[in-house]
Amino acid sequence: MLYRMREMLCAVLAALALTLTATAQAAPLRIEITEGVVEPLPFAVPGFIAENSGAAEWGAKLAQVVADDLIGTGLFDQINEEAFISRPTSFATPVQYADWKAINAQALIMGAVTVSGDGQLTVKFRVYDVFSDSELGRGLQFQGTTDGWRRMAHKVADAVYSRITGETGYFDSRVVFVSETGPKNERKKRLGIMDYDGANVQYLTDSSSIVLAPRFSPTGDRVLYTSYATGFPRIHVLDVGDTRSRILETQSDKMSFAPRFAPNGVTAVYSLSEGSNTDIFTMDLASGQSSRLTNTPAIETAPSYSPDGGRIVFESDRSGSQQLYIMSANGGEAQRISFGQGRYGTPVWSPRGDLIAFTKQHKGRFHIGVMRTDGSEERLLTASFLDEGPTWAPNGRVIMFTRETQGASGQSNLYSVDVSGRNLKRVRTPGAASDPSWGPLQ
Amino acid sequence: MKHMSKIVLLMGALAVSACTGAGRFDSADSGVGGSDFDAGAGAGTGGGLGDPTSPTYFQQAIGDRVLFVVDQSSLTSEAQSILNAQAQWLITNSDYVAVIEGHADEQGTREYNLALGGRRANAVREYLISQGVSASRLKFVTFGKERPIEICSEESCYAKNRRAVTVIAGGLTS
Repeated sequence: MLYRMREMLCAVLAALALTLTATAQAAPLRIEITEGVVEPLPFAVPGFIAENSGAAEWGAKLAQVVADDLIGTGLFDQINEEAFISRPTSFATPVQYADWKAINAQALIMGAVTVSGDGQLTVKFRVYDVFSDSELGRGLQFQGTTDGWRRMAHKVADAVYSRITGETGYFDSRVVFVSETGPKNERKKRLGIMDYDGANVQYLTDSSSIVLAPRFSPTGDRVLYTSYATGFPRIHVLDVGDTRSRILETQSDKMSFAPRFAPNGVTAVYSLSEGSNTDIFTMDLASGQSSRLTNTPAIETAPSYSPDGGRIVFESDRSGSQQLYIMSANGGEAQRISFGQGRYGTPVWSPRGDLIAFTKQHKGRFHIGVMRTDGSEERLLTASFLDEGPTWAPNGRVIMFTRETQGASGQSNLYSVDVSGRNLKRVRTPGAASDPSWGPLQ
Repeated sequence: MKHMSKIVLLMGALAVSACTGAGRFDSADSGVGGSDFDAGAGAGTGGGLGDPTSPTYFQQAIGDRVLFVVDQSSLTSEAQSILNAQAQWLITNSDYVAVIEGHADEQGTREYNLALGGRRANAVREYLISQGVSASRLKFVTFGKERPIEICSEESCYAKNRRAVTVIAGGLTS
């Protein structure tokens, strides 16, 4: 009975996967945004118990962030506190399972918080499988400064998510993105960084020159991006800690863009334009040593490494239109993997290694989609006037992307969607935003 | 010879402004792009349209931009005739350098459009070089879909945004 909840969710996920596969086979190139019959798992999270007087203000806030994280996945449903029959007063008191069964809470999350005199927050929690009268996993405790209280709540939620779904979580992660203001023809752009849920926004650059397409390093300590600071598009690398940036010394007379880190964090792959031709190169970030990976007269851009660093997926119009290709990380012959109708761009390899997310243009609409690395089982997850630039959550279950609305007052915002195509929603940002890059689990 | 080439230049300029320039600039003036265009013109050295050696003359009488078909960087015959006049102007006014800015409309992914804008700007650069303009006087840059001049999401706007603009920059001697 201990694994009952996990089994239920797994069964739901498996059923969903089967449905999607079945429809995908019937009509592989149709937009597939199914509103399936997934019943979210009901949970209760009472305000975390304040174990000393200084902690009183934190209990409810911590529980709220944990609840928001879980609800945000679309897999969980919070039971309103007004329905609670008993209210725990001590973290040590045995759980009254009957009281939680009566309100159909399948999972119960109990937390407690203390604040020390020097502002250290200690958060501990336990998860209970109510209908099997037992604790799920063991109690855990996190410690940090009060400034980092949201991170501690995210860590609790990650642990709960992980115990119930069997998947790694993604809540304690950050996103680097482009913050936008102003009209379409005079748009100001600057780099921003925020928690995955849009909290704690900070700006990494000013908006004196155009900045585009930032990409997190594998550990989240640096960001590669394209800036017009010199008047020309050139790749820069920025240290997230002190926000200092330097230009990447690609060939100084040529435009460079579309950078991305290798999984080892020491190599970057990017595009360089020479005349009418754009090819893919790699560079060792420490030595500045670069080498060419593609050599055709076509536009080759948007490279992304496989998680093991052995291969690179990229887009090329060598066939006459944008399509996806995979080659060895050392270059050489590439295999085309996209064969559907329309144009395919911005491929990004899933952190799990199994899927490639991409942008597809077909009949005047834009889609975010996924396919297996051999190009099979293509599924479109979204459709709109302009969706582009997918980025993967660290667990490979959720994709964030840019959606821009149509017309003279068109504006970009960040959206996320499950890899199943469910749970499409807007990500909270202070203003217009584009080009998200989802960082690692911290 | 010198006399001759000036006459050819003048005729070329008149022909271009007559058949291609007017309509486009009129509509640019009435649209949102108008302020951008006026600002550019005002930034010139103050020489009016009457001074054929001024950047303003280049921009307005010769025509500083050529337009492209969707996802293409090949030069139409209309574009070539504008560029012929641009080349003649640049050869005559040899103190100036130029930066060619390539642009794409919003119907494309960001990075592909950067490459596409680069292709368009380079197509103009190579054509001007083929007409005798020194390569050292011509730089090019892509703005992808980052700087549209028209902001509607219709072909009428897209057509004007798929462009390469020859921006006359300070003289070689300045």
